[in-house]
Amino acid sequence: MAADHSHPLTHDAAGNASPHEHTHPDWGTYKWVALILGLITALEVWIYYIPSFTATKLFVPVLLLLSAIKFTIVVMFYMHLKYDAKLFRALFLGPLILASFIIVGLLFLFGHLKVSF
Amino acid sequence: MATAALDTHDSHTGGHPPTSTGLNNTKVAIWAFIGSECFFFASLIATYMIYRGRSLVGPFPHEAWTDPATGHVFKAILNIPITSVSTFVLLMSSLAMVLAHSAVVRGDRKSSKIWLASTAFLGATFLGFQAYEFTSFVHEGLTIHTNLFGSSFFILTGFHGAHVTAGVIWLLTLLFIDMKRGLTPDEAINVDVCALYWHFVDVVWIVIFTLVYLIK
Repeated sequence: MAADHSHPLTHDAAGNASPHEHTHPDWGTYKWVALILGLITALEVWIYYIPSFTATKLFVPVLLLLSAIKFTIVVMFYMHLKYDAKLFRALFLGPLILASFIIVGLLFLFGHLKVSF
Repeated sequence: MATAALDTHDSHTGGHPPTSTGLNNTKVAIWAFIGSECFFFASLIATYMIYRGRSLVGPFPHEAWTDPATGHVFKAILNIPITSVSTFVLLMSSLAMVLAHSAVVRGDRKSSKIWLASTAFLGATFLGFQAYEFTSFVHEGLTIHTNLFGSSFFILTGFHGAHVTAGVIWLLTLLFIDMKRGLTPDEAINVDVCALYWHFVDVVWIVIFTLVYLIK
């Protein structure tokens, strides 16, 4: 999954080479990412059809974890956030984290999530 | 003096002046747009989650329901095998998209056309699956007016489908330009921006697939 740093897929103000943005992954990385995404999706669907597992408390956390892994892989490698400028990370992760807190906050507010003290 | 300096920059940056951040303004804009889209989809997902399990009448997503008035039995409405295939199609479209961008950067016009067309085709296939799903739901008795599940489901997945449609139109536009005069490596940023939008649509579906379809 290592980036091919010899492949200068970088851009500046015109879309050309820039010191602020780093190299993109190569074809081999993209292929592995696609394979991993496909396998995780297959695993998610497989889990869905195991009644003994869906009845457990682990079912939802495992699905959420697998989904988060897929999300992270696409953002890091296909959206090349792992290799790009920190400003892009801030522009995406800031709203993403805030939006996640809003979802969780609303779920607490409407009684879907509860905390017992 | 300023003109001379600008001319110097133009000769190095293909006609664009340098930016204060050193980053491409178009990319900064698309990332800011994607950030705002996070809030948009978060509001729709939160609405779906809040209404989850609060429908008074069926059909329901994961369990059968018998209408007490007519005795008609509605089976669980979600078709996981079909949606799994469409999810896989959308994931593979992301692979085609990165290959299209890579081909444009290399100046490989033949590959760029193939991969742009493949991405658009896979996106259109996903939309075909969604059209089939929506049609079958309506035939099985679930519309946007039926219950809270129907309202929140069609709004959430419908807006996602609208984003995919916009992405397919964007891809076809790039493909048309590529076929007409060819996309040069200098124009790779245009494909890169489209790719970022396309991958974002993909990651939104990753979340929807888990929260709406798989979690019972």
